[in-house]
Amino acid sequence: MARKKRGIGKIEGFSIHFLSYSDIKNLGTTERIKKILNIVLGNNILIFQGRLRPDEETRLIEDTMAMIGHVSNFKGIELAVVPRNNEKSIFGKAREKIANAISGGDLGAITIIGPATIVKEIKKDPKKIELLLNK
Amino acid sequence: MVIKIFKGFIGRVISNIFKNKKKIKLGFYGPPNAGKTSLANRICKDFTGEEIGSVSKVPHETRNVQFKEIEISYKGKTMIFKMVDTPGIATKIDYEEFLKYKLKKKDAKKRAKEATQGVIESIKWLDDMDIVVVVLDSTENPYNQVNITIIGNLVARKIPVLIVANKIDLKKADIKKIEAAFPEYDVVGISARYGHNLEEFYESIFKLSKKI
Repeated sequence: MARKKRGIGKIEGFSIHFLSYSDIKNLGTTERIKKILNIVLGNNILIFQGRLRPDEETRLIEDTMAMIGHVSNFKGIELAVVPRNNEKSIFGKAREKIANAISGGDLGAITIIGPATIVKEIKKDPKKIELLLNK
Repeated sequence: MVIKIFKGFIGRVISNIFKNKKKIKLGFYGPPNAGKTSLANRICKDFTGEEIGSVSKVPHETRNVQFKEIEISYKGKTMIFKMVDTPGIATKIDYEEFLKYKLKKKDAKKRAKEATQGVIESIKWLDDMDIVVVVLDSTENPYNQVNITIIGNLVARKIPVLIVANKIDLKKADIKKIEAAFPEYDVVGISARYGHNLEEFYESIFKLSKKI
């Protein structure tokens, strides 16, 4: 029998799914959101390179709301974006914009999305991010 | 006789200018329970004596977009605003949360269903706003993604934004944290409940109105 270690119990029923930006780069908004929600509905925590555009984030929230009550045991999502370190200088900001324009997205950012049944809260402050899971 | 006609003419001109004055659509956005309706109520009460909607400790009390047209006068200037109080935007809604506030299961489920529709309605209204007041609870962590998403959308739509740090009357309130989270925006600390610092709020709104 496994001995219970201090502070960490056995966590089961979900997996962590990674996506690189190239996996969603060529998808339209509808397909992107569909892909993300399919992963989350499969009880996965999704971590992907880059971030959605603001209008895509609101679309994700809208589609999530539309699913609550229609998909069994689905209560919504927890979402957090860890941005890249913000460049303060004008030159740095311009370089960032050019890099984003060439790559087609903000590749320096990381997005974390999980089902609310598994992820209780994603606590974020400028320097750290904490993923709190439901018991 | 000539004076009478002149007075009438001036009166009509002034009244026409007033009638044609643009109504500024002023949206109140933010997460649930930040105090959007409390602030809208405070403003409406100050200028019309009536409230826009009910408030409650139970989250998602506002589940439909609410409107009220008011004339705000500040330092001799008057502007007409169409106040648009929106349901709180959230990424998750669980009816079981409402049971903690002693709601019956049937009512909790109904509230949750209406709340999800309210979030969708709020987002749909984003495009129609002239100015948006993002109301945040100054006792909560401002780095919540919902706040960032709302502000990101307003920036993308080029809608002027004012961030209000509400509940400054509470001990845990931390306006500096909100200012640090959104350094590019004006942050006004207020207490909608007690009406603290509303002068600065009105001044900021009038200032923003010039950007439309």
